[in-house]
Amino acid sequence: MRCYRGQGVDLLQYVLRRLGMMFVIVFGASFLAYNLQAYSSNPLSAFTESTEQNKSFLIAKMIRDLQLDVPPPLRYFSWLRGIVGGLWGDFDMGLSRNNIPVIELLAQAIPVTIKLVITATFLAIILGISVGMITAIRQYSRFDYVMTFISFLLFSLPIFWVAVLLKEFMAIQFNDFLADPNIPPATIITIALILGFIMASFVGGSKAQFLTVAAGGAAFSAAALTFMSGSNWFLEPALGIFGVSFLALCNAAIVIQLISGLDSKKGRIAGFGTAVSIAALYYPLQTLMSANASLVNVLAIFAVTISVGLTIGYFVSDIDRRVYSRISFFTAFISTFPIIIDRFMQEFPGYMNSDAVNRRPVPTLGQNNDMLTPEQLENFWVAGLDTAVHLVLPTIALTLISFAGYVRFSRGSLLEVLNMDYIRTARAKGLTERTVIVRHGMRNAMLPLTTILVNDFAGLLGGAIITEGVFAWKGMGQLFNDALRGYDMNLFMGVFVLSATLTVLANFVADLLYGVVDPRIRIRK
Amino acid sequence: MSKINPKAEATLEKDENEIANRQTAGLSQRQIVIKRFVGHKAAMASLFTLIGIIVTVFTATGIRVGGESFGFTIPGWWPYSITDIDPEGAIASMCNGGVTGCPTLDLAPAFMDGDGVKFGNHPFGTDIIGTDYFALVVRGAQQSLMVMVIVSFLGILIGTVVGAIAGFFGGIVDAVLMRLTDMFLVTPVIVIGAVIGFRFGNLGVIPLALMLGFFAWMGLARFVRTEFLTLREREFVDAARVAGASNRRIIFKHILPNAMGIIIVVGTLLMSGAILIETSLSYLGFGVRPPDVSLGLLISEYQGTFSISPWLFWWPGALIVSIALCVNFIGDGLRDAFDPRQRKHISIKDRKRAKEMKRLNS
Repeated sequence: MRCYRGQGVDLLQYVLRRLGMMFVIVFGASFLAYNLQAYSSNPLSAFTESTEQNKSFLIAKMIRDLQLDVPPPLRYFSWLRGIVGGLWGDFDMGLSRNNIPVIELLAQAIPVTIKLVITATFLAIILGISVGMITAIRQYSRFDYVMTFISFLLFSLPIFWVAVLLKEFMAIQFNDFLADPNIPPATIITIALILGFIMASFVGGSKAQFLTVAAGGAAFSAAALTFMSGSNWFLEPALGIFGVSFLALCNAAIVIQLISGLDSKKGRIAGFGTAVSIAALYYPLQTLMSANASLVNVLAIFAVTISVGLTIGYFVSDIDRRVYSRISFFTAFISTFPIIIDRFMQEFPGYMNSDAVNRRPVPTLGQNNDMLTPEQLENFWVAGLDTAVHLVLPTIALTLISFAGYVRFSRGSLLEVLNMDYIRTARAKGLTERTVIVRHGMRNAMLPLTTILVNDFAGLLGGAIITEGVFAWKGMGQLFNDALRGYDMNLFMGVFVLSATLTVLANFVADLLYGVVDPRIRIRK
Repeated sequence: MSKINPKAEATLEKDENEIANRQTAGLSQRQIVIKRFVGHKAAMASLFTLIGIIVTVFTATGIRVGGESFGFTIPGWWPYSITDIDPEGAIASMCNGGVTGCPTLDLAPAFMDGDGVKFGNHPFGTDIIGTDYFALVVRGAQQSLMVMVIVSFLGILIGTVVGAIAGFFGGIVDAVLMRLTDMFLVTPVIVIGAVIGFRFGNLGVIPLALMLGFFAWMGLARFVRTEFLTLREREFVDAARVAGASNRRIIFKHILPNAMGIIIVVGTLLMSGAILIETSLSYLGFGVRPPDVSLGLLISEYQGTFSISPWLFWWPGALIVSIALCVNFIGDGLRDAFDPRQRKHISIKDRKRAKEMKRLNS
């Protein structure tokens, strides 16, 4: 909190004022929402066509139960009393119409929604920002035009439409493909060429360089695909020690290039050294990943790899210790994922051939497979794999949709920064292009991104309503849906207040964070 | 990417400025904006596509002016309507064992499959009860376009008024209006939309759109406010005030024209957002209800039969995507046109022409 030094009182005042404002906003918004929902729904409409004998009794009962004789603006306050009760430890969100406390329903739904969106959000952020920044660096290149078109296209796609396409092509047809997992040579060549061109556009350079990279990438992809097709890889997937080492080395190269540049000798030792030692840890780490492992084991693996990485970083460097430690930290952290993914893959053949899955591993609906045996559920890796395959389609759909926003935003942000005078100064000082773009450009371009990152996490509910509906997940969106269709006022307000509070808090955190990361911003007195 | 040495870059930049200046010499602000927009190829192509879609969609099945009991219908050029069930016994004669009528549209030319380009009676096929699918899709697109126009009109109107008042007057008015905006803003649009649609969806698309419009202005209001806050401190506003202009005159004659850029750009974003919201609501069952038709409704109805009759799924989706895509590209073109900082990309052709002119002049 460097920028607030000497203004502690101001900051306290600011935080208190903002908190007060947040209460007012959430109060106003919930009042609005309550009345909107109360006036636009009529629970008694269920009886209009009823022919039951005790119809009038039932109507009277419902009016009494739901307090329908109290006008909504007043009824709001009886709901509010439960919320305000939180101030003296008597918090009460009321009961749903099935007589289950709303807070319990919310507690069940929140983890589901978070599980649904978290992978997609991270993927979209990482892919979107990197693609956006590359398009900004190569402004007006062919890659830029293609990515601009693609991001506009993704902007215009309705998620429910994408979902149906994914179900058809990613799930049903992929499952059919697994019955006989051989890729015809013509398809291999096409896919390899496309992948080659994508890799080359990321790397860029002169025309000759572009073609070399494209040809190399295509040849490599073709070889990999032929190997995967020939060796039944799709039925028995594995990375093995070779896959893990290869990925670790590639990852190290990217991390080194971003942090110190590949021409730094110590950077190379720190990065590649870490990658090699992670690969060497492949077999020892398998002992930590037995069938009865848990999340603790996974954390332990990360602890082991990261401490190995940091040790290497420490001994490599004598000055600039932070730079090399950062290289080995990120190399170690990212390279651990392949090891864990490899462990999940080892369970795949067994999972796929079990009765519950019946050789069709990619499901189109649901958040887990109900037919798994207790034995399978107890196995951390099988249960995890089950969650993972259920996440495939929603994650792709959500990533595609939110990817476009990050591309456009980070592109615009970096372009704006690159036009600044300090970039010109940095170039004039004779810094390398890498340093100018990564240290002076990208870092500053990331600042405004904090705002949308935080807001996106808060806007989960909006995205979840449709996605959960399409893929039949039982999270917050589904709860909202149920509340709306079932005239469930308490449930509706529970979901609403939670999401409104999250949004307001996120805005507040974003403003504070912005002040921390950008010393130019000062809070207003 | 060719390496450029710093000296050459400096002259290049000077050249580019010169070219850009010469391209806009002697033109008014409005002419510059129009010229830039017309030069944006993707935006122009989208504009023509969108106009094409609008004209086709609204002339095809005719428009009903007025209500059920009064008013008149302007007839369209398409022979079938959404209420004609199985007009020519199309189902029985068609594929899929008579479940749905296959599309008769064939765009592959004669030399490719020997059938030749033809539209046939039912270019998009027919649905499960034999209704012409082209008529259904056209009706759905009409609904979506109407929602788009109404929502964005209301959103722009309210957003501009609120933002302008908050930004211009500042102080307590600003604080109150902005907290009000925040109150509306904390709810995701789809949540509000679902509540509204649940109540108003069965009344038809226009009441739904009107209600959605009342909850679509918040983003624009914020942008307009920021714009007004900076503009009202500018010298020309002081000059107008010294000359005795009233607040109203300053707002409408001096500030609003300068804020038009941001209003139009955010407005187009609002339009493409409105289409996606309406189709999503209808898909979820909160928007337009049967027997009326909407693109989202068609998709939700036929997503299950994708493997048997994929065209019932493709066409409504393709229309949503093309309308939203066109609007987004037009918005992009407008942003480029209105942003004076954004230097237009100088093409090789421009540079050659400039060199030629320089040579001729000297």
